[in-house]
Amino acid sequence: MVNRRANRLRMVWAAVWVALLGCTPIADAADGHRVGFSSVIASGVPVSGMLASGGITDNSVSFPSWDKIFRALTLRDYNTRIVVIGATLLGAAAGVIGTFAYLRKRAMLGDALSHATLPGIAIAFMVVGHKNLGWLLFGAAVSGTLGVLAVIGMRRVSRIREDAAIGIVLSVFFGIGMVLFSIIQQMNTGGESGLQSFIYGKAAAMLHRDAMLIGGTAFAVIACCAVMFKEFRLVCFDQTFASSMGRPVFWIDVLMMGLVVLTTVTGLQAVGLIMIVALLIIPAAAARFWTDSLLLMTVIAGGIGAFSGWMGSVLSALLPRLPTGAIIVISTGVVFAFSMIFSPHRGVLAGVYRRWSLSHRVAHQNLLRALAECEEDLAAEVAIPIADVHAKRFWSRRHLDRLIARGSRLGLVSQIGPNTLKLTETGRRESRRILRNHRLWELYLIRYADIAPSHVDRDADEIEHVLAGDVVEELERELEQESTIPPSPHKADESRSKGVPA
Amino acid sequence: MEWDWAIDGWILFVGTLSACSCALLGNYLVLRRLSLMGDAISHAVLPGLAIAFLITSSRAAWPMFAGAVIVGVITALLTQVITRYGKVEHGAAMGVVFSILFAIGLVLIRQVADHVDLDPGCVLYGNIVQIALDAQFEDVPPAARNLACVFVLNILFVGLFYKELKISSFDPDLATTLGINATLMHYALMVMVAVTTVANFESVGSILVIAMLIVPAATAHLLTDRLGVMILLSQLIACFSAVTGHLLACYGPGWVGVDAVANTSAMMAVVVGFVLFVAIFLAPEQGLLAKWYHRMKLSSRIVRQDVLGLLYRWEEMNGESGRSMRRDEVLTVVGGGSLPTRALRKLLRQNEIVRMMDGRDVVYRLTDSGKLAASQLVGAHRLWESYLAKHFHLASDHLHEPANRMEHYITPELREELREQLTDPKHDPHGKSIPSEPM
Repeated sequence: MVNRRANRLRMVWAAVWVALLGCTPIADAADGHRVGFSSVIASGVPVSGMLASGGITDNSVSFPSWDKIFRALTLRDYNTRIVVIGATLLGAAAGVIGTFAYLRKRAMLGDALSHATLPGIAIAFMVVGHKNLGWLLFGAAVSGTLGVLAVIGMRRVSRIREDAAIGIVLSVFFGIGMVLFSIIQQMNTGGESGLQSFIYGKAAAMLHRDAMLIGGTAFAVIACCAVMFKEFRLVCFDQTFASSMGRPVFWIDVLMMGLVVLTTVTGLQAVGLIMIVALLIIPAAAARFWTDSLLLMTVIAGGIGAFSGWMGSVLSALLPRLPTGAIIVISTGVVFAFSMIFSPHRGVLAGVYRRWSLSHRVAHQNLLRALAECEEDLAAEVAIPIADVHAKRFWSRRHLDRLIARGSRLGLVSQIGPNTLKLTETGRRESRRILRNHRLWELYLIRYADIAPSHVDRDADEIEHVLAGDVVEELERELEQESTIPPSPHKADESRSKGVPA
Repeated sequence: MEWDWAIDGWILFVGTLSACSCALLGNYLVLRRLSLMGDAISHAVLPGLAIAFLITSSRAAWPMFAGAVIVGVITALLTQVITRYGKVEHGAAMGVVFSILFAIGLVLIRQVADHVDLDPGCVLYGNIVQIALDAQFEDVPPAARNLACVFVLNILFVGLFYKELKISSFDPDLATTLGINATLMHYALMVMVAVTTVANFESVGSILVIAMLIVPAATAHLLTDRLGVMILLSQLIACFSAVTGHLLACYGPGWVGVDAVANTSAMMAVVVGFVLFVAIFLAPEQGLLAKWYHRMKLSSRIVRQDVLGLLYRWEEMNGESGRSMRRDEVLTVVGGGSLPTRALRKLLRQNEIVRMMDGRDVVYRLTDSGKLAASQLVGAHRLWESYLAKHFHLASDHLHEPANRMEHYITPELREELREQLTDPKHDPHGKSIPSEPM
């Protein structure tokens, strides 16, 4: 008795989770066989007919022939065509509406939403008694919406924060769904087998009507976003302004959330509820790297979503052993990683380059300023001993030599002997400009910020490199210093302390 | 379903252990707003398990454990990297990382699953009943042993670093100035979460790990403001949900007339969710009911004070011997509804007003104690008006409204201070006299 119960429970477990993983269990849960992954592989294959060769024991991912690649890319096979078109449209719709969800900082709310659809699906099946796609999706939409409302409500009436509320809703709703599923499995009403597979990620086994449904939804979502673009933009960036313009912010928000629910629920079929959130977030986050304009971002995110959907479905048609939903998500991941690294403005490489070039410029300007100060000390435009320059700052001799080499390449300094160097005419002009900026800022700090003369050098050292032309002009006006280099405050300070008249 | 201690006992034991070990760390996740990190880690360990299997080609526990923990920590690291260098919002970054890792894990698992029976039901998503069945062959099921180890480890972690965790959770900057490495504590916590999550897969499954990580702690946070109490409460809630969850899973469907056994760990999540639901309403201070009660109490006090003030001003205007205020006049000013009626009744009961008949009309007069209370209230009102006029230069027609709101919150000490500040005024800006404090 106990054994049977335990076994049955194990079956339920396996069935639910296997289904969750985006596969189709074929072993009948009732007959007590262990539902392992091997059986899943055999069943969770695309119907594209390419799988006939892949048996249970064959575990190698064989590279498809060019003929197959050609057929898949040109959508020759009917089933491949259906899957590819459905996945592409879904990706595009999710990318577009995901952009708004992402900007509204609701990305993870999508996760709570998709997990919360589970009890609705179970209840819809219990009530209707058979697998009716419309009713199941309706149930999913209702309980998903309830989940979102629960998150919002919890945040509003209690001290539970958003992140905890999302975690609570996704785990508890999911728990309710699993309890119901484990009961459905034992009621033996018939027709429940494959119920989970009907709901979770069977992109590879998409039927014509599923593709039609996804296509219709995708079209509706994109059209809605296009029509409401201005309103969505207002609500995303400035809610208060939107409401002061007389827009019904609340209802716009509801519409936006409704579109997210719609996309999620139709997408459940294709990618499964754990990974659908990836299609909402990742294309939007990747698109954000490329542009600052919302319109472009929406278009790019839609494009990335569509590309990933296309890529994922074609790849899994070619390599039938790969689960479609996972491949779609990994495709978005690759695009995201590429965007994050290579984007020209916000990318990691661009950031590294900016930092590198800034530190280069700073080091270069430091050399020039040191030279200008040396000339000032010597009170003549003569050759300067490198040792003097070295004494000006805390820098290693090797670093200094490198800087001098670069300076002479740029024609700003010329090395005379092994240990002396001289500023060229352009170098002198540039170095005086930098020295002047430094002194102006020092003076400004002393006069207006009441900073002790002994403390201004370091601050000015940082600022001098980023003083823009108009700021310098303003400093000149404020300090009444026209075109001369002010004397160093430190020298005056020292001489005063030594009792020498300045 | 018959109850068999040899099996159900182990289920209860394992369920309770895993619930408690999750809930212990969950307190810090909830306080640090990292609840979703548990979610992310528990999804993302999938590729760790698969890679460990690919490398060792065995289902030995330790490599898998190590692989999963490493990937769990990588999840935390990657999230941090994307947040910092990609300037992506933290939650979204987490979503990006865990869904991609999960997808990679799925693909890998497909490759792995053919070689050896890597049953997702057992390894990844837990099977509490199987653990209990193991007990028939061994004295103690290995999963129970592992879980006990992890639980003890968690207790040691929280116990030894209690102060450090507390300070770095509430005030990372203070922690840094005190010489506690907040970043190190963050990653130590992440490692412990990963360890706990992986150890719990076998018993409750990943989604239910999330439930036990977040919900008991969030519930306890509604019930108390003290960290120590919160931890204890979360443990109690976790225990209760584990035990009740299993009982309900066994007998619950039978009660509603369905001949079936529900999934135990799913039912635990449902029960803990229900506990939270109840706490949202019934928590002593944070609960909706308590808040509603306090609001009701406050508004009825305000209405009572309004009535007293009204009667005081009436008597002040008409003199002691003048006509008393009629009931309908009082209600017109204070407003209709049940609140003023109840306020009048309570004032009569407290003997602050008396009810008399003036011809056919019901009229009210203040008693001595009522007059005293009312004079304090009106005094507070007029003092506040004077204060506003003096220090905020408000026009005299703008004084009444704010004073009318403030008067209910002015304590005797504040009245005293106002008098001092205003050098004991006799009249308010409207020229009305300010009643003096009774001796």
